[in-house]
Amino acid sequence: MTTAAAPRPLAEDLLEPSEPPRKALSPELRWALFAVTGVAILSITRVISGATDLTSSGLVVETLRLTVPFALAALGGLFSERAGVVNIGLEGMMILGTWFGAYGGWQWGVWGGLAFGMLGGAMGGALHATATVIFKVDHIISGVAINLLAPGLCRYLSAAIYADAGEGAGVRQSPPVKGDFPTITITPLSDALGSIEDHHWFFVSDVAGMTRGLVTGLSLFTLGVIVLPPLVWWLLWRTRFGLRLRSVGENPWAAESVGIKVMTRKFVAVAISGVLAGMAGVFIVTVTTSTYSEGQTGGRGYIALAALIFGNWRPVAAAGAATLFGYSDAVRLRGSSGVAVHAFLLAGAIATGLLTVVALVQRRWRTAAMTGTVSVGLLIWYLTTDSLPREFLPYTPHIVTLVVAATALRKLRMPKALGQPFHKGEAH
Amino acid sequence: MNAAMLRLRLRQALPSLAAPVVAVLLAAALCGVILAVSGHDPFSAYGEMFSFGTTEGSLLVAANKAVPLYLSAMAVAIGFKMGLFNIGVEGQYSVAIVVAAAAGAQVNLFPPLHVTFIIVVAMLSGAAWATIPAVLKVTRNVSEVISTIMMNAIAAGTVAFLVNRWRDTSETQLIKTKEIPESGWVGNIAQVSGAEKLSAFVLIAAGFGVVMWLVVTRTRFGYDLRMSGANPTAAAVSGVNPKAMTIKAMLISGAVAGTVGLPVLLSENIFHRYTQDFPTGLGFTGIAVALLGRNHPAGMAVAALLFGFLERAGQGLQLVDVPPEIVTIMQGVVLLTAVIAYGVAERIGEVQLQRATARELAAEREKLEGAESTDEQVPS
Repeated sequence: MTTAAAPRPLAEDLLEPSEPPRKALSPELRWALFAVTGVAILSITRVISGATDLTSSGLVVETLRLTVPFALAALGGLFSERAGVVNIGLEGMMILGTWFGAYGGWQWGVWGGLAFGMLGGAMGGALHATATVIFKVDHIISGVAINLLAPGLCRYLSAAIYADAGEGAGVRQSPPVKGDFPTITITPLSDALGSIEDHHWFFVSDVAGMTRGLVTGLSLFTLGVIVLPPLVWWLLWRTRFGLRLRSVGENPWAAESVGIKVMTRKFVAVAISGVLAGMAGVFIVTVTTSTYSEGQTGGRGYIALAALIFGNWRPVAAAGAATLFGYSDAVRLRGSSGVAVHAFLLAGAIATGLLTVVALVQRRWRTAAMTGTVSVGLLIWYLTTDSLPREFLPYTPHIVTLVVAATALRKLRMPKALGQPFHKGEAH
Repeated sequence: MNAAMLRLRLRQALPSLAAPVVAVLLAAALCGVILAVSGHDPFSAYGEMFSFGTTEGSLLVAANKAVPLYLSAMAVAIGFKMGLFNIGVEGQYSVAIVVAAAAGAQVNLFPPLHVTFIIVVAMLSGAAWATIPAVLKVTRNVSEVISTIMMNAIAAGTVAFLVNRWRDTSETQLIKTKEIPESGWVGNIAQVSGAEKLSAFVLIAAGFGVVMWLVVTRTRFGYDLRMSGANPTAAAVSGVNPKAMTIKAMLISGAVAGTVGLPVLLSENIFHRYTQDFPTGLGFTGIAVALLGRNHPAGMAVAALLFGFLERAGQGLQLVDVPPEIVTIMQGVVLLTAVIAYGVAERIGEVQLQRATARELAAEREKLEGAESTDEQVPS
């Protein structure tokens, strides 16, 4: 059988040499292709619409500032969900992180804030773990309870502690955090890239501007978060700790049968999740702003959860999705007039147009018709209007989340035992 | 045998009846610890809450506060019945209330008709806002948890957008819609003093509760709904179209959610129109009420009254210098202890059932074995 089959490809190659075998791109190459295409689309959009802010270095700085909380919370969700515990309580844990981070920062400076905020998040994580792992409460219900509880607790604590603290503090706001995390700037590189950026050349200036944003005034905290996703990947996919953590999320009964302490592993994973979400909160009160104020997380924990899902429960991809949301938030924040967000319509039209071409080449007619219609619709919308209603601008990341969720190609695989209760010794 | 069965039933029911009581006591103890840690005497705080919360006027206010919470819980519960988690009640009611307020101010009808018109508009708007997550769920398989949360945020933008378009231009200072004419107002059925009153909307809410109970437990649709939630595969095999069911459940949930703000809009004298200080967060509290009341119309009524009582009684805490925000903590803690207590009660019930079955089986086997041994003795 094998001997007969072996020469066949050779013969086929001789018969039809014009058709090379179709090879799937490696994941790394595909991501690189995506990135280049994305930058190219933005670059074209910038040239046509004149919204120079789409790729400026200032925007990259802003994007990083806004992406970090999403990314940290998404990585937090990753730990919990890889261990099989759904974590919709990320938002609440993040809120605890903002309050405790601001309190620590006010008392002992930013590093104290970081430690205290991580502790606050860990408390939220431990509560979620107690409810879900020990008492088998439905994971979503426990998460919602934490999201109700956390703002209540923070408001109570604020009323008790910040109300008479002075320095502009009150029942809804903390006094300012002391100090800043150190920042790093590679001056010669930054200047050289700056001059290229100012020429507004197609593509080259865009890449230069984006790189410049990465080497100018980078907070140490941000730098730490940039290296975190690969680190988390290594921890979860290349160490014994990670293998055990993921095994309790895939098949806790099998894990138990080989002697893994499932309950402990899950508990630890959810607590780590809380720590990372708490760090996301600390970042908001130390780097993004310098005070705690009520409602400042603004549903970022939920968006982080969406980023985790779009990232297919993988660290680097989840951080990539978080960047998309951070970017869309940054664009609307910097373009106060809404010109840049309006240019999103054009970018969307170009992107869906490209998808149409790909679908046409692959002869997928229905997909082509659908994306083609969307593309033309967006183009007409872009050409017939000058701006978007300003009331919707603050919700750009939410709208982008919804659109991405609706259009993303979904070949997702979640941890197999995600959300299922585990009773010790049940499978014996 | 029959008496034994009855005893078993009672024993099984006991944990689930005791669970809410245990949960409330446990929550009170936990919040007492929080109060004590933050330097307040929990006993005097609870005493103050009780004496302030149980005056006749306070009880009316508590019942009045319970009405929107009950409607909100009902909207959430309809989704829960088929395993859908509609976190979007918050967005659905906030959009619906603006549309209903604007539409109600445009017409001038005979009183009951005017109120009905406003209710219908609110329900349609709530359902319309719920359509987007419903369609995304069935066509693109987007989790309703994610999509409704995003829709809540977008709802805030939509509300601002709509209010700016429909604002009362005679008002220059504040952004609000036009006032609804008096024929669209809902009066009170009891009143002690100015603000201490109970709106007649409580009757409408109770009517909704009865209808929900009838539909869920006494109709084909309700059966399909519950079956889709309990066992989607069995439901699909028996001919229920899961996609159509999802759409229906989500739209009904959204329609009920649309009514959440109406008791405030139509009965509170400071409103009768949409303004920017309209109460928010009713949708989220409704989730807690639904879970606490176990999605049962009567259970949710008790839970809504409890939450309304806590909110009203919490205002008495200011007299002893305790931040009334402790009430939000109490509500969250009650929710957590309640779901934990329900879970533990269920587990206890299961274990008891297993033990009782094992006992009976053992008794049966003994009887059989006894019979066998006598059989063996007969031939010898």
